[in-house]
Amino acid sequence: MSGGLLRICTAGSVDDGKSTLIGRMLHDTRGVYEDQVNAVEKASKNRNAGPIDFSLFTDGLRAEREQGITIDVAYRYFATSRRKFILADTPGHEQYTRNMATGASTAEVAILLVDARNGVRVQSRRHARIARLLGIKDFVLAVNKMDLVGFDREVFEKIVDDFEELLQGASVHAIPMSALNGDNVITLSGNTPWFSGPPMLEYLETVQVHRNLPALPFRFPVQLVSRPNQEFRGYAGQIVSGMIRIGDRVTVLPSGRTARVKRIVTFDGELAMAFAPQSVTLTLDDEIDISRGDTLTIEPAFVGQKFEAELVWMDERPLDPGRLYLLKHAARTVSAEVNHALVLNQIGTVQISTARPLVFDRYTDNRATGSFVLIDPGTQFTCGAGMITEPIRQTATLHTAPLTFAERLAHLARRAGSDEEAAEAVRKALEEMLT
Amino acid sequence: MSIAVSPDLTTELRLDHLRALEAESIHIMREVVAEFERPVMLYSIGKDSSVLLRLAQKAFYPGPIPFPLLHIDTTYKFREMIQFRDEMAKAVGARLIVHTNEEAIGEGTQPFKVGTQRCCGLLKTKALLDALQAGNFDAAIGGARRDEERSRAKERIFSVRDPNGQWDPKRQRPELWNLLNGRIRPGESIRVFPLSNWTEIDIWQYINIENIPIVPLYYAKDREVIVRGNSLIVQEQPFVVTMPGEKPQTVKCRMRSLGCSPCTGAIHSDADTIPKIINELIATKQSERLLRIIDHDQDGSMEVKKREGYF
Repeated sequence: MSGGLLRICTAGSVDDGKSTLIGRMLHDTRGVYEDQVNAVEKASKNRNAGPIDFSLFTDGLRAEREQGITIDVAYRYFATSRRKFILADTPGHEQYTRNMATGASTAEVAILLVDARNGVRVQSRRHARIARLLGIKDFVLAVNKMDLVGFDREVFEKIVDDFEELLQGASVHAIPMSALNGDNVITLSGNTPWFSGPPMLEYLETVQVHRNLPALPFRFPVQLVSRPNQEFRGYAGQIVSGMIRIGDRVTVLPSGRTARVKRIVTFDGELAMAFAPQSVTLTLDDEIDISRGDTLTIEPAFVGQKFEAELVWMDERPLDPGRLYLLKHAARTVSAEVNHALVLNQIGTVQISTARPLVFDRYTDNRATGSFVLIDPGTQFTCGAGMITEPIRQTATLHTAPLTFAERLAHLARRAGSDEEAAEAVRKALEEMLT
Repeated sequence: MSIAVSPDLTTELRLDHLRALEAESIHIMREVVAEFERPVMLYSIGKDSSVLLRLAQKAFYPGPIPFPLLHIDTTYKFREMIQFRDEMAKAVGARLIVHTNEEAIGEGTQPFKVGTQRCCGLLKTKALLDALQAGNFDAAIGGARRDEERSRAKERIFSVRDPNGQWDPKRQRPELWNLLNGRIRPGESIRVFPLSNWTEIDIWQYINIENIPIVPLYYAKDREVIVRGNSLIVQEQPFVVTMPGEKPQTVKCRMRSLGCSPCTGAIHSDADTIPKIINELIATKQSERLLRIIDHDQDGSMEVKKREGYF
């Protein structure tokens, strides 16, 4: 299969017909089996969604079927002759927004669904924003229920215009659709002669996503130190980005020590080179102190205890800036503080300070080393998901670093109570320094 | 190692679909060993367990598999499964724990006497919870896949269980990127599903390229069975009785999914090699667990069993 694997997520308001669209795609690509169709047909009799209620394929929990809504993210798998797909079907209800972020975190393409009768709603905006924030660059804008607006081209184009603003910088393929009837899902619909395609499935089969992990800088967070006997000391982990060859010089961060890669060990034999996302075990030519959570690098990375991040809050208990949280980043878990409060489903720009240094990149440069989760140490619930935007130089470093001449003068001037005092302080300091 | 590398290295390095899944599963198993004190791997002898076992070997090579294997034996498994289990454990050098709810067996528990729901509850769910408690295991790795059943499609890779081993689908932790939260409160434990993103076809394709040994019941051959509706029943237990008018017939068939012999039907098949099995699956219109009676004994069956602690 030349197209490999594509990870997709869905987004949109409740009742826009997401589950119906997914059910339709699974059904039409034979991602569900006949007995599952029969079971759903039987269950559909009590409902009002046509002969087959496609949402019953994905709404796997009893509470969901009872309430007719999707509560939790569901993962679905289907394949065509061109590609394999992993699809995260995510809920539209606001109280489950955190699941939208979960689905988007691993996705390369987002299908944004909108009801043609309603256009852009609060929830659509929110989901578009979350998907962009989580690094999705390719979108399908599925304008659904077009049958209910008479397949009106103007309605469609108005909605597409409204979304253009929300999805600036992303690549958007807009499709007029009826998921219930299958218009423009698998094949082009006769109801929309003004739409040139491609229909949804063909787009998903052929879209080129730009995530070439092996081309990024080499990052290897050490998961385990493998010491089965006296002779062997290896570092087990997954290459989250980049590639490595025997003989490459690596820098272990945060310590900064360097060594050369001696062997790339796998169950299937030793390799001369390996690349993301392979899981391997590396041995080095020098016995340096390395433990779980350290990162092997070639190109420079940020090392620090303070950074700015976009944070999605996912817990009913609001974020409390007075509390310590646990922060898991790559293979390291540390204590962390956040500088201001957030409530459930709120997204904010925050500053995070950690008890020990992390080795990181900006999220926009590297998803694996730019992302982290926060854990409430009381409940152990995963309460926040963060994307690092910028390192912050630590105040501690600033204090210990010797001040330059100009910095010292600026300091003195700022501390003065008036212009006259400032001039006097600077004059005195200059005198001192010059004599 | 058969890694699909583009012939021209300057263009793009790409790991093929199965190797990407393999790398993800290995990452998950290593996280378990790094973050838990007493992990155990559920070994059910089926094809998914066989893949899981191979992945565990790969994850910790050149070291041994650093956790024991646990088999919950209902005593109603096919004889070929038990023989295979013992051979495999020996071959990979892992410690095998076998646990049976002896008390329930002593009381004569069997599906046709107490019903399938109660039988599963006692011989699988209760036995599993007891075995996990006896071993004081804080993490149990299992081979369930999200494509198997619709409530499984919602389960996390690290899935928390309360002190009674039960699952609360409404209190699932968000699981983003590949960051697995291995923190639990006292008494809680975690179920881990490294094969979450694999499909049935992926499993078979992987077995094929890796030459992984599987129980011979998966291969089609002439077997003596009772034909009952859609189901072909292999008569292994004395209490599986023939109904009036039924008599054993010789049919070329195989098992698509392995469970307890009284509750798992065989399918008509000529697939006696793995490539043939893969072709058969691509052509089939029936889901994998259709002939697993226990999935259909009530609405939302699997969800109910999972909430109670079933794997």
